[in-house]
Amino acid sequence: MATSTSSAGNSGGDGARAQYVIPFEAAAAEPVARIGGKCAGLAALVGASAPVSPGFAVTTDAFLEMMAVDGLAKEIKGILARLDVNDVRNEAHVSQDIGEAIARRAMPSHIAAAIRSAYARLGTGSTVDAAVAVRSSGTAEDLPDASFAGQGDTYLSIVGGDTVVDKVKKCWASLYTARAISYRAQCRIGHLDVQMAVAVQVMVNARSAGVAMTLDPSNGDRSKIIIESTWGLGETLVSGEVTPDHFMIDKVMLMPITRRISVKDHELVSDPTTRAAVRCKIQGERRAQPSVTDDELQSIARVVKAIERHFGSPQDIEWAIDNTRTESGGVVILQSRPETVWSMKKTQSARANYGTMGVLDTLIAPLLPKK
Amino acid sequence: MNLMTEPTARFPSPYELSSPAGSEGWQKIYPYYLNFNSELKAEDEKKFWFCDSQHWPYPFKPFDVIGIDFAVKCLSQYNTRHLMVPPANGLEMRILNGYLYLSPVPVAPEKIPDRVPLFLERAGYYYQNWNRLLENWKKKISGVISEMESIKFEKLPDMVALDRVTSGSGLDNTQELLTNYDRSIQLCYTAWQYHFEFLNLGYAAYLDFFMFCKEHFPNIPDLAVARMVQGIDVELFRPDDELKKLARLAVELGVADALATGSVDQALAAVEQKPNGSKWLAAWKAAQDPWFNFTIGNGFYSRDKYWIEHLDIPLRFIRDYIKRVQKGETIERPTAALIAERDRISKEYAELLSGEARAAFEGKLGLARVVFPYVENHNFYIEHWFMGTFWRKMRELSRVLGDVGFWSDPDDMFYFGRNELRDILFDYASSWAAGVPPIGAKLLGKKIAERRKIIDALSTQPPQPALNEPPAVITEPFTIMLWGITSDTVKSWLKKATTSTGLTGMAASPGTVEGRARIVRSDADLEKIKEGEILVATVTAPAWAPVFGKIKAVVTDIGGMMSHAAIVCREYGLPAVTATGTATTTIKDGQMLRVDGSKGEVTILS
Repeated sequence: MATSTSSAGNSGGDGARAQYVIPFEAAAAEPVARIGGKCAGLAALVGASAPVSPGFAVTTDAFLEMMAVDGLAKEIKGILARLDVNDVRNEAHVSQDIGEAIARRAMPSHIAAAIRSAYARLGTGSTVDAAVAVRSSGTAEDLPDASFAGQGDTYLSIVGGDTVVDKVKKCWASLYTARAISYRAQCRIGHLDVQMAVAVQVMVNARSAGVAMTLDPSNGDRSKIIIESTWGLGETLVSGEVTPDHFMIDKVMLMPITRRISVKDHELVSDPTTRAAVRCKIQGERRAQPSVTDDELQSIARVVKAIERHFGSPQDIEWAIDNTRTESGGVVILQSRPETVWSMKKTQSARANYGTMGVLDTLIAPLLPKK
Repeated sequence: MNLMTEPTARFPSPYELSSPAGSEGWQKIYPYYLNFNSELKAEDEKKFWFCDSQHWPYPFKPFDVIGIDFAVKCLSQYNTRHLMVPPANGLEMRILNGYLYLSPVPVAPEKIPDRVPLFLERAGYYYQNWNRLLENWKKKISGVISEMESIKFEKLPDMVALDRVTSGSGLDNTQELLTNYDRSIQLCYTAWQYHFEFLNLGYAAYLDFFMFCKEHFPNIPDLAVARMVQGIDVELFRPDDELKKLARLAVELGVADALATGSVDQALAAVEQKPNGSKWLAAWKAAQDPWFNFTIGNGFYSRDKYWIEHLDIPLRFIRDYIKRVQKGETIERPTAALIAERDRISKEYAELLSGEARAAFEGKLGLARVVFPYVENHNFYIEHWFMGTFWRKMRELSRVLGDVGFWSDPDDMFYFGRNELRDILFDYASSWAAGVPPIGAKLLGKKIAERRKIIDALSTQPPQPALNEPPAVITEPFTIMLWGITSDTVKSWLKKATTSTGLTGMAASPGTVEGRARIVRSDADLEKIKEGEILVATVTAPAWAPVFGKIKAVVTDIGGMMSHAAIVCREYGLPAVTATGTATTTIKDGQMLRVDGSKGEVTILS
């Protein structure tokens, strides 16, 4: 289906019909320009048969219609004309003004309705609202050579259709945080050339979470899987505020090779009543206990290995253990991106003898000076 | 007995160590060349010696020295005189307090380059013609075994048979007696030469592949390398496979209950009464040759029990297997799954490489797979089948000599060295010729009692794992692959306090389990093992495999990736930690252990 990027709204009417929400399992063929990098990644993971928490993309069609409300795009362009990238306070003011311009305008009601409806389908039974994460999914994100990691807003443990709608709008607005503006300026990316999609996804009940790389980032060794984990949601690890447990797994044998268990000071967990994410101090034995069991490590390794195989290149993956789920040993994949450092490097192919000569080399080797 | 608990750079000197009380004079029961001699102290103390308690976990009876003399010498000859292994000659050996110590002999650096082309030519010949040479080897060893089997030892007659007179032979029966004894020793010597004909090369090729994997896949588990190379239809596991077949057949034919109780004779008689009983009995008989030539010891001791002479042993294992079959368990090794797994692992590691590195990987893996069947199977042909036959004949000889009064217990012959035995045989021959009872019948009893006392005393003190200062680099391939002695293991023996809470060793077979320890010092202890216990031994033997269905894990004092304990545990999926140095002296019966075969750690929990 052709996408329309013109500001002429098109809910109904001509052949190219806008779609404001697309569930991940239906989104495999959607381009990044429509659903943003994060949603495209989640859709691809579903396509790779990885265990993914259910959810939907709020498309750039919706974003662009927002930009058309009361000439919002034009107003933003005007504000940006004052931008001085060398002046931090100026950047802050520009950002604030844009934020107010967005806040003054309501989201088109048909879009809000589409979001509420898709959200309702995520709920369990007919009455219980799902707790969801609402995450920015920018169209410039996750390009192999542009590491936009950490850009855009993320809202965790959001409950209720109206709140979800509100957070979607805030994600749109986060395209114009001072940091985002500054980053685009440095990378010479046009501010109005990027759009924001949003990922709405059922919150994972993360007993533990972390990251996995399908190579060893310390040396590029592709026969390893490196897993880091901590208690609770993985944001504490990604943000660097907690030192995680560290495991090296042999990728072929799926056997652990090394492990370093750290003392984990605090975790981010869902409060059972408010269902909001709260920071709690970790007490007692749990601080120094491994945050994943050996079985869970195996499950994570298996899943990430399959993902790498599907995409054909080393991956940088965020995962969680939700032990209310029975599939895949409770492993849920939150995100998978191509690894960017070692994958670019050319691998050396060293010459080695085999046969009798090879045996000879090996027998002599202990005597040679170490390189 | 613990190692020193603070880090030192060396192990004790053989000249510093004392002998256990009651063992005084032990040196005299062994040949002069096997003792540490004070006149050679300066030289001996410069060398590093490690204790081979893997093959020889008990102090030697004098006759059993034949095992180390022949095995170690033959291992050495191939490095030093056949293949000209460039950096390594053979192994020197000594006995200390009844245990064997080995010292690898390096090649002087200036001599190494000259050996390289010789090695390439000689080792190259074997690698390139391996399978053909191996076919020939099987014929040679079968010939040696048949000849050994055909030797008979009989009591000398009161009178030579008439046909010796009428045939004009002119020779008496001592001719056969003395010749047969010398021939037995010679056949044993030949068998041991054959044992090592391929083995050094087999280990070297495996080492080549192993080191390549360690370099290209840093920290690759040892198990992964072994899995890529290990064979599937391995003759070494055939005896156990035969027992499983017999167990399943018994259930299928409906004779399982008849087999379940009683002595061997009683059980076989009960089976015969059953319809289809004779079918099972035919299979039982057929399996014995050659597969019951299998010992639950290791083939190096005169008292090792072989299945074929102790049918209660295989029958006991069959009974255990029958119980498992009746519970619905699959007891057979999943060969199709093993092959698929081996192929998967090899393919996935290969795919991580490209270009020349990949070609080298495939080349080295290919050679390792060619040599590996021999590395695994030689053990069956020599230690089990040949040595089983040899020991059977020696016991036959012992009974003959016992009958004429030399000793009352057939085990007593082995308190004499193989060369002392020639004197005993001549005493018999000469006394028989003279017409008087043999002198030894009156005199040797005292000597036997003395030596028994000495060896019993030596058995009370477990050996030091090593002597003197370790070298900077260990180059001899057997030392590395078979005994698991690398610079790292030696360092860890030296450094680690063997604390009361744990031991480290080689991660020989993966998995983590907890269970109660059962220390096994001899095959007699095997019967004590209860379901779910953890076997702790100086050494295990492939013939203990049927026991492995009961236990949860194995811990040993010594042994590398190529030790039989490691090979069998991987085959049977049991966690194993080898080369701990001191497991049997640190852990006590009944202690609760956690064994982590993936990390090589044993924790004493209680």
